[in-house]
This record gives sequence, structure tokens and C-alpha cells, in this order.
Amino acid sequence: MRIQLNGEPFELPDGATVADLLVRLDLTGRRVAVERNLDIVPRSQHAETTLVDGDSLEVVHAIGGG
Amino acid sequence: MHSNRHDTPLTLAGRTYQSRLLVGTGKYKDLDETRRAIEASGAEIVTVAVRRTNIGQNPGEPNLLDVIPPDRYTILPNTAGCYDAVEAVRTCRLARELLDGHSLVKLEVLADQKTLFPNVIETLKAAETLVKDGFDVMVYTSDDPIIARQLAEIGCIAVMPLAGLIGSGLGICNPYNLRIILEEATVPVLVDAGVGTASDATIAMELGCDAVLMNTAIAHAQDPVLMGEAMKHAIVAGRMAYLAGRMPRKLYASASSPLEGLIN
Repeated sequence: MRIQLNGEPFELPDGATVADLLVRLDLTGRRVAVERNLDIVPRSQHAETTLVDGDSLEVVHAIGGG
Repeated sequence: MHSNRHDTPLTLAGRTYQSRLLVGTGKYKDLDETRRAIEASGAEIVTVAVRRTNIGQNPGEPNLLDVIPPDRYTILPNTAGCYDAVEAVRTCRLARELLDGHSLVKLEVLADQKTLFPNVIETLKAAETLVKDGFDVMVYTSDDPIIARQLAEIGCIAVMPLAGLIGSGLGICNPYNLRIILEEATVPVLVDAGVGTASDATIAMELGCDAVLMNTAIAHAQDPVLMGEAMKHAIVAGRMAYLAGRMPRKLYASASSPLEGLIN
């Protein structure tokens, strides 16, 4: 399936969860937040949130700012 | 230096702080300089921005929150770069998730890239949504006293008027508007943006501001660590002078040495 990840197309195997996506991105255990189709996916639900084709994901972190 | 013995600590969202200086983490050379400048400033509240992770790029690289750990600092995520209420609210919700339910946010909704002036209409809309959603909103705004009042009425926990444009270093451009905002304030008032050097921070505090938030003045000083320390003292000096109450201004001289006992 193809999702939109941070504004870019991204390929994932069917049935992948948010947790699987973070593994693929090497972000497991990192301090990130995930939004799926404009809704927050709480960290506690990463493993049980299955993605579907066309989903739009945002994965964000904290950087320097004023 | 326990000089603030007659003072009460700054209280925001039920937490008290000894330092009245809040600092940003942007524009530093690297994370080590960020950490050292912030340590020197004595700030306890530190702003961060929320941005997309770089997919596939250096996932192991050090993270800002490793050098500014949330168990030591109060992290104040901002909505910098948001130009409407919807984006700002989304960013705050992501920040709350990022920081494990932490509800303190710095709301800023900008109007224009050249001035980074706040769009107060979108700011008011976002503030309303965020307050209803349980956020503790510290809000960046213009120095319009009416908008400042409305933001406090909506339920923002602190109002943060600009003293000058973000990153301009022009100092306290309109102390009179700040005085009006301060005179009728029902929530803490912080100067956010415009401070360029230590004396600007002192002036803000002498006016009666509860605290000052700054980033560029420290990060773009020739020596950011030394400027961080200078700002710490400037804030303390301004606060003490405010509490002490300055002498009245007079047009003519008034001798400091007694006139009696002159040799002639």
C-alpha cells in the first residue's frame, strides 16, 4: 500500500501498523508524535493502529525554536 | 544570590519558577551551545518547535530533548510557522502527544513572513479551541491592549505581547502600550520578542512584566553563553528595580551632597 508520510509518498506492506512504520523509520523508542488523517495516534495505540492505503501520516519531533 | 527575598515566584499553570527568564532553543550553532547558553541563563522554561522528522536521515542523531531534558526543564512547545488557527491547534495536539500529555503551549499564529506579526484574529480562534481542549495557553500577541484583554478573558494563562518584531533585536518599541496591558492585566504578562540586549530585558522587567521570553538575543550574540548569563542578571536587576520603585524623574538637578557645612 502507499501512504503519504510527512507529505511524501511512502510504500508499506499491507496490514502494517503505526508501530511497524516507526520500526521501518528507525524511530522506535524515539520521542516522536504521530498524527493519522488529522487525528493523534497515542503512543499506547501505535501497535494496534493498522494503516490503510491512502492514509496521511505526520511524524513529528521537537527541534530548536523560539 | 538570594536577592529576590521580597518577591513571590512566577506562577504559571500551577507551577512556580524562580527564574523570570524564558528562552528559546532556535538559531544556535549546535546542541552543545544550546545547552550551555541555556544553563548560563538560568531559565527553567524552554521553548521548542514541532517539526516533521527527516525520514531516512540520521535517525540516531542527538535529539534536542536529550540536551534539554523534560525532567529538568519545563518544555514549552510553540506553534511557530503556523499561519492559521487550524494548523496551530493541530501542532499543539501533536506537541501534547510528544510530551506525554503536557498541556502547556506557546500559541503563536503569524500573519506575514516579513514581519512575523501575529494574526490576532486567528490567534483568538485558536486560543478558544485550545482552552476548551484543556491546554494551558501562553499566547504571543501584538501589543494591542484590547486583544491582550480578550485573550485573557478567553482563558489564556499568560499573555505575551511583542516588544519588537521577532528576531529584530529592536528592544522595547512601545513601552506605553505595554504599560497599559500591564495596568489591567489579570494574568501574567511576558514580553515575547524584540529584546536585543540585556538593558532591553531590564526595561521590560522595570515596566512590571512578570517575565521575558527571548531567543535570538542570546543565540545570535557573539558569545551566546556569556549573553545567556548577562540576561539572567538583567532580568533579576529589572525585577528588583521594579519592586524597589524608581525615583521620580525631575527636570532639574537636585544635589546629592548637603549644602550645610560648606567651607565658605
